[in-house]
Amino acid sequence: MKRRNFLRNTAAAGAVLPLSIADLKFRAYGPNAVLASLARAAAQTDRVLVLIQLNGGNDGLNTLIPLDQYSNLSKARQNVLIPDNKVLGLNGKPATGLHPAMTGLQGLYNNGLVSAVQNVGYPSPNFSHFRSMDIWMSASDSSETYTTGWVGRYLDNVFPGYPTGYPTSAMPDPLAIQIGSGVSLAFMGENMNLAMAITDPSSFYNLVTGSTGTAPNTPAGRELTYVRTIAQQTQQYGTAIKNAADKGKNLATYPSGNRLADQLKIVARLIHGGLKTPVYMVTQGGYDTHSQQVDSADTTKGAHATLLQQLSDAIKVFQDDLTRLEVQDRVAGMTFSEFGRRVMSNFSTGTDHGAAAPLFVFGTKVNPGIIGNNPVIASTVTVSDNVPMDFDFRQVYATVLKDWFEMNDAEVRDAMGGKTFQTLPIFKGGSTRIEDFTDLFARLSMADPYPNPAREQTTVSFFTDGGQVSMYLYDAMGVRIRTLASGKHRGGNHEVQVDLSGLRPGNYFVQLEQGTQRITRMLFVQ
Amino acid sequence: MDRKSFFQQISSGRRESSPEQLSVTAIPAEQLAPRKQKQQDAAQRTTGRLSTGVTPYTGTFTEDQLRHLLRRTLFGFRKTESDAFKGMTASQVVDLLLTTSTTAPTPPVNNYNSGTYTDPNVPAGSTWVNASFTDGTANALRNFSLKSWWMGLMLNQDATILEKMVLFWHNHFATEMDVVGDARYSYLTNAMLRKDAMGNVKTLVKDVTRDAGMLIYLNGYLNSKNAPDENYARELQELFTVGKGPNSKYTEDDVKAVAKVLTGWRINRLSAPASAVYFDPTRHDTGNKTLSSFYGTSAVITGRSGTNAGNDELNDLVDLLFAQRETALHICRKLYRFFVYYDIDAQAENDVIAPLADTFINSGFEIKPVLSQLLKSEHFFDSLNQGCMIKSPVDHIVGFLRQWNVAFPASSNIPAQYGMWNDARAFCQIQGMDIGDPPSVAGWPAWYQVPSYYQLWINSDTFPKRNQFQDLLISTGYTSRSGKIIADVYTFAQQFPNPENADKLLDDSIKLLLPIPPDATMRALLKANLLPGGIPDFNWTDEWNQYKNNPGNTLFKNIVYTKLIMLYKSIMNLAEYQLS
Repeated sequence: MKRRNFLRNTAAAGAVLPLSIADLKFRAYGPNAVLASLARAAAQTDRVLVLIQLNGGNDGLNTLIPLDQYSNLSKARQNVLIPDNKVLGLNGKPATGLHPAMTGLQGLYNNGLVSAVQNVGYPSPNFSHFRSMDIWMSASDSSETYTTGWVGRYLDNVFPGYPTGYPTSAMPDPLAIQIGSGVSLAFMGENMNLAMAITDPSSFYNLVTGSTGTAPNTPAGRELTYVRTIAQQTQQYGTAIKNAADKGKNLATYPSGNRLADQLKIVARLIHGGLKTPVYMVTQGGYDTHSQQVDSADTTKGAHATLLQQLSDAIKVFQDDLTRLEVQDRVAGMTFSEFGRRVMSNFSTGTDHGAAAPLFVFGTKVNPGIIGNNPVIASTVTVSDNVPMDFDFRQVYATVLKDWFEMNDAEVRDAMGGKTFQTLPIFKGGSTRIEDFTDLFARLSMADPYPNPAREQTTVSFFTDGGQVSMYLYDAMGVRIRTLASGKHRGGNHEVQVDLSGLRPGNYFVQLEQGTQRITRMLFVQ
Repeated sequence: MDRKSFFQQISSGRRESSPEQLSVTAIPAEQLAPRKQKQQDAAQRTTGRLSTGVTPYTGTFTEDQLRHLLRRTLFGFRKTESDAFKGMTASQVVDLLLTTSTTAPTPPVNNYNSGTYTDPNVPAGSTWVNASFTDGTANALRNFSLKSWWMGLMLNQDATILEKMVLFWHNHFATEMDVVGDARYSYLTNAMLRKDAMGNVKTLVKDVTRDAGMLIYLNGYLNSKNAPDENYARELQELFTVGKGPNSKYTEDDVKAVAKVLTGWRINRLSAPASAVYFDPTRHDTGNKTLSSFYGTSAVITGRSGTNAGNDELNDLVDLLFAQRETALHICRKLYRFFVYYDIDAQAENDVIAPLADTFINSGFEIKPVLSQLLKSEHFFDSLNQGCMIKSPVDHIVGFLRQWNVAFPASSNIPAQYGMWNDARAFCQIQGMDIGDPPSVAGWPAWYQVPSYYQLWINSDTFPKRNQFQDLLISTGYTSRSGKIIADVYTFAQQFPNPENADKLLDDSIKLLLPIPPDATMRALLKANLLPGGIPDFNWTDEWNQYKNNPGNTLFKNIVYTKLIMLYKSIMNLAEYQLS
């Protein structure tokens, strides 16, 4: 019965089909009254999400390393390759390991506190930092522009009308906090950005916020109102933050010279101090490793290693701190970056902008393990080849909203811009059970295309136990260029003839999709 | 929406049609980005953007309009500066603002030799820009020297647009000194932006492309025929020239092709900094480079070999980039967002950006005619475009220090002078703007990030810091090991014709400090700082004259200073003060 539900959900997940979009748009973007009337079933949980932004595009292939692809990897990126005997092992996952600098995260993984999601991205990847970051922050399609952020839409839903009438007795604290001097598009709500920026929670400058007067109905009036609102909120929430900072403490010893750890230290202290803020964001920059990503003398060292070590150390000490502070069950953390990097390294011992990459969710409430398969690396790659996505980043967001923040499907869909995304078994007791997920592995399989390499035509055969199955063709850049099959399939073996005429010679990927499960095979067109 | 097809185009390049693509194209744009649509409607409803275009403004040139012009083109403005322009027409003032010095400033010097560190290659007080690299410590100190020097140039700017334009180009062709890693190259980048700031933008793009700092920052120096590096080729198109506008449809393959055009540029770190950049023909890809149809029906850059190949192909490339109207549009939009407002609606696009782009193209890509047309336009002086800009941190800090005539340590004490300039820089940095080290190659998000733009400067972290700075400077002043800087409230009030008259002092101060006047209620509250409890106006007159006539009397002094500090604190704590 469970499984039935699951498959039904899956079928509804066809957000790319015109019918479902047309169908959804009204509910998603109807007048605010419609949103407000949605029953708010105690959506305000005591749970906290900590977003860790890795700025610049993290090299996923050197972070969560696919050891079963090692010989092809060594051809594609010899000069940045981590020696396989240095890769850190993960319990029960002989084919996958972590960068040698990530001992902290390895420890957490092996203690069951990490859920890694493989090959996260979005269709039609954009290789601009700024555009791709906007896509991640706003949770839009590659082809759309949203001016609100995914967290902003979630918070608008839970705290309608903000900032008018806030703070309230139920929510006396900031809706979101970003550590630093700026706020992200992710927190942009309908009316304003919902995040407070703070660098030092223990000191707030006493502002004079007397009478504010009226604002003219002009662009100047718009900006004036904005600045006044910030002034007012700073005053109101500053006290709440300072009180929490005074009350809260840190029990773990944070490393020095680790700016990410410094930021997470503030977060832990505020959570322990009783701040009800549900979402925090911290940032680590420097991942745009076009050159000197590794030391050429020792590829386990270098700029990327330093970053990953700081990331891993910071997460480890933060998790330890949360445990000692006894708030660990309320907090989940998640890393993300605007894209991964190219499969082939460049000649500057670095890597260029890429597509999909793994991300990590951590905490006591995650299903430990790795969701999805290792990326598939071709035996011959060109400079354009990318890791294609297996999971849409919005599946991760939807999972966080549904399973961590306990929103209902309509609310999740609203926060996801009116689209439905199948959740992933990231959290214990979540909407997608790990059994359902693993079941599918046995219920879906795909053979290598034959012939391969191919010239005009090739054939792909697959097995499904029945249901909505789609097959797509991606180019080497990770761009979906054709739909090869889509629709309900009866249980059994199927064959798809693929017409390759008109395609440039090079690497392609055939991807089979059923529910959350995706299988990817390489195809070389001659 | 065009933006949509743009991104599809970019990311996919060639492809067959497929069911889901057909379905996506079939959806009307307003359903794809409903929030954006909604927000813009709301903006238009509540703030009614305007209908004025680039027709020269010929109405009365009021003092309000003069102040608006100076706020936007200078960092703050002094009363003496606005007085000097009084009685001129808008056109005359703009011409003067655009008549910038062509003399390069004296380069930064060694301010950093101290008890703990001595640069063996540069004596104290001498410039380091042509010296050898020395070591990492020297370089870090030189970076600070360079940033301090730049701060000094802004603080001591003349009444022309030059310093704002240098900052504009730094934000447009952004490099990070921290990444470049050699202050001598970063100095050259800054000097190049100054030299070209008011000139021909095609020349500027060529200079930027061959600039050592940029070659390092975006890996251009590693770009070779065997290992093309796309980094600069991408940003050259996405950020510097054709941009990401709705009709800019260059492809991923264009990025690769342009990278090939730019192969072969190298840096010899052992050479003198000014001649470090050279072209190595053996690393250059000599093949023809074919670009997508966005660049024309048969857009090919003919491959060259030999020592001139790099320059020749660069010339062809820049010609091709500027032959696209998108380049002119993109640069005019950036200027608009820097000098007018961030919201470019259809009216502004059609009636302002498009004619500016025409002017830019017709002038052969000179920047001055564009600035002249924009700053003299009805649109620029439209009352709806006044006071709607949130000051950047540099505008806030430098504007304050200039407007208040804050005296810095004299050039006879270089460590103190540079040190205090560096402190001023640090005040900007903690507000989120470290000149010389923008957050990325796109510059500061306040000038590009939809939908918040300038609002990104102000948040719960930065707004208190702004007030704290103002309050500190007008009260006790700021003291560091470099000395003390203070904004003297009495001197400030004294520059007005009738400081003993509470109403006149208040109104004159407001005109200088705020772009939009406070309403009557707020004005009354401000006045009460001078005349608490509604006491009659002559009390302030008496107090002022008492001190004026007895400058040595501490009691009289304290009364006047206390009231003035409270007055100016209250004025500048208003949200209005953060606007320009």
